Amino acid sequence: MFPADLKYTKDHEWLKPAADGTALVGITSYAQDALGDVVFVDLPEVGAAFGQGEEFGTVESVKTVSELNLPAAGEVLEVNTTLADHPEAVNEDPFGRGWMVKIKLTGDLAGLLDAQAYEALVSAESH
Amino acid sequence: MSELMKTPLNAAHRALNAKMVDFGGWDMPVQYPAGIIAEHEAVRTKAGLFDVSHMGEIRVKGPGALALVEHLTPNAVSQLVLGQIHYTAFLYENGTFVDDLLVYREDEEEFLLVVNAGNCDKDFAWVQQHAPGYDCTVVNESPATGQIALQGPLALSILQPLTPTPLAPIGYYYFTHGEVAGIKCLISRTGYTGEDGFELYCAAGDTEAVWNAVMAAGTPQGLLPAGLGCRNTLRLECKMALYGHEIDDTIQALEAGLGWIVKLDKGSFIGREALLAAKAAPAVRKLVGFKTLEKRDIARDHMAVVQDGQPIGFVTSAAPSPTCGINLGLAYVPTALAKMGGPIQIDIRGRAVPAEIIPTPFYKRQK
Repeated sequence: MFPADLKYTKDHEWLKPAADGTALVGITSYAQDALGDVVFVDLPEVGAAFGQGEEFGTVESVKTVSELNLPAAGEVLEVNTTLADHPEAVNEDPFGRGWMVKIKLTGDLAGLLDAQAYEALVSAESH
Repeated sequence: MSELMKTPLNAAHRALNAKMVDFGGWDMPVQYPAGIIAEHEAVRTKAGLFDVSHMGEIRVKGPGALALVEHLTPNAVSQLVLGQIHYTAFLYENGTFVDDLLVYREDEEEFLLVVNAGNCDKDFAWVQQHAPGYDCTVVNESPATGQIALQGPLALSILQPLTPTPLAPIGYYYFTHGEVAGIKCLISRTGYTGEDGFELYCAAGDTEAVWNAVMAAGTPQGLLPAGLGCRNTLRLECKMALYGHEIDDTIQALEAGLGWIVKLDKGSFIGREALLAAKAAPAVRKLVGFKTLEKRDIARDHMAVVQDGQPIGFVTSAAPSPTCGINLGLAYVPTALAKMGGPIQIDIRGRAVPAEIIPTPFYKRQK
């Protein structure tokens, strides 16, 4: 159900590490479904640095707002600027076109969940 | 946690893959797979079908019914003709709200009061408490009653083939009794969306059959099942009050901009003295509509209105508006600041964000 090459947080963000020490970050299919129609994603400036678990932005849906917390310490290399005009990509393709930031990892991936552990967490939350 | 209450359509919502939430103790659909924006747009441009069976129905009947309802509500009940409806409220002595409601005049001596789900027990107790001395019966019919709301510009053309009752002659805020898909219904030309539409009341056990008949008739025309999520954005665009937001037991009827339901010259009613005094004194605060100026600045319910870092008011309801395409809200602000075009600031997670007071309702349908 959840892509096996990603790492997950208990707050429903995902992180996709690359071989060059960078990673993409977004929110999971479960998170976008809970939010409903996304209308705005507030993203940081390129160059901003955050610790693990720190808030790097917010995602706003019609009915609510949610904090975005960085799954691992990192510096922002790039933000997904297409979300400014197409925030619905977060709903339509949360693990793909809906990515939010690309970071240079400055810390480890300690405490992140694999797909199986995340699926267990989600299934416990939705029952 | 106690078990959530379920409407007669609970299984139907689940079969439609609705997302269910706890709404004041009721297990209700917040949205269906189409999503809040699509459901909102369907109601504005075609039609949407809502389950509102959680609403409460209280019937007051007998020679003293008119006098009791006049005593309990500020609007002029005696002015209602048979088959007419009006919007009104139950007020406390101090002029604040027990609840808001619709009064249906079924007969000279019979009224149906339609109240909010979350307040139904409190409202029923309130009516019962004041009933002694009035020669009438007070019955809570809520558990036995289902209600669905068909809303949108295509509502009439979807519903008409299902009923022999001519719908076009039913005026806004009037009702009649008839059959829909062969099932006895109260057919009411009312709603909470700002669009044309009908609310259908029937026996609880018949609700699913009425729902299915309307869905089948409307789906080819673009009808969508619609949840509480878009019900909220639709009513917000039209500045319709929601108990717990624009009105509650701390807010007076005149502050809420509901002077039009208060008929001070109709004679005695609960809350009249307080409202007479309030009318004679300058208003302290007013309910205004506002928009934030930046796309990223989305105000939400209960945020503070601030000036020089200090709270001076509060947001009652706010959301990105699917129809208007801007971020809207309603807020109580000091009267001195309640000027059209005036600047106010909203505290959005620690940032004082600029907003502008704009005319309401934010949306008005073309007739």
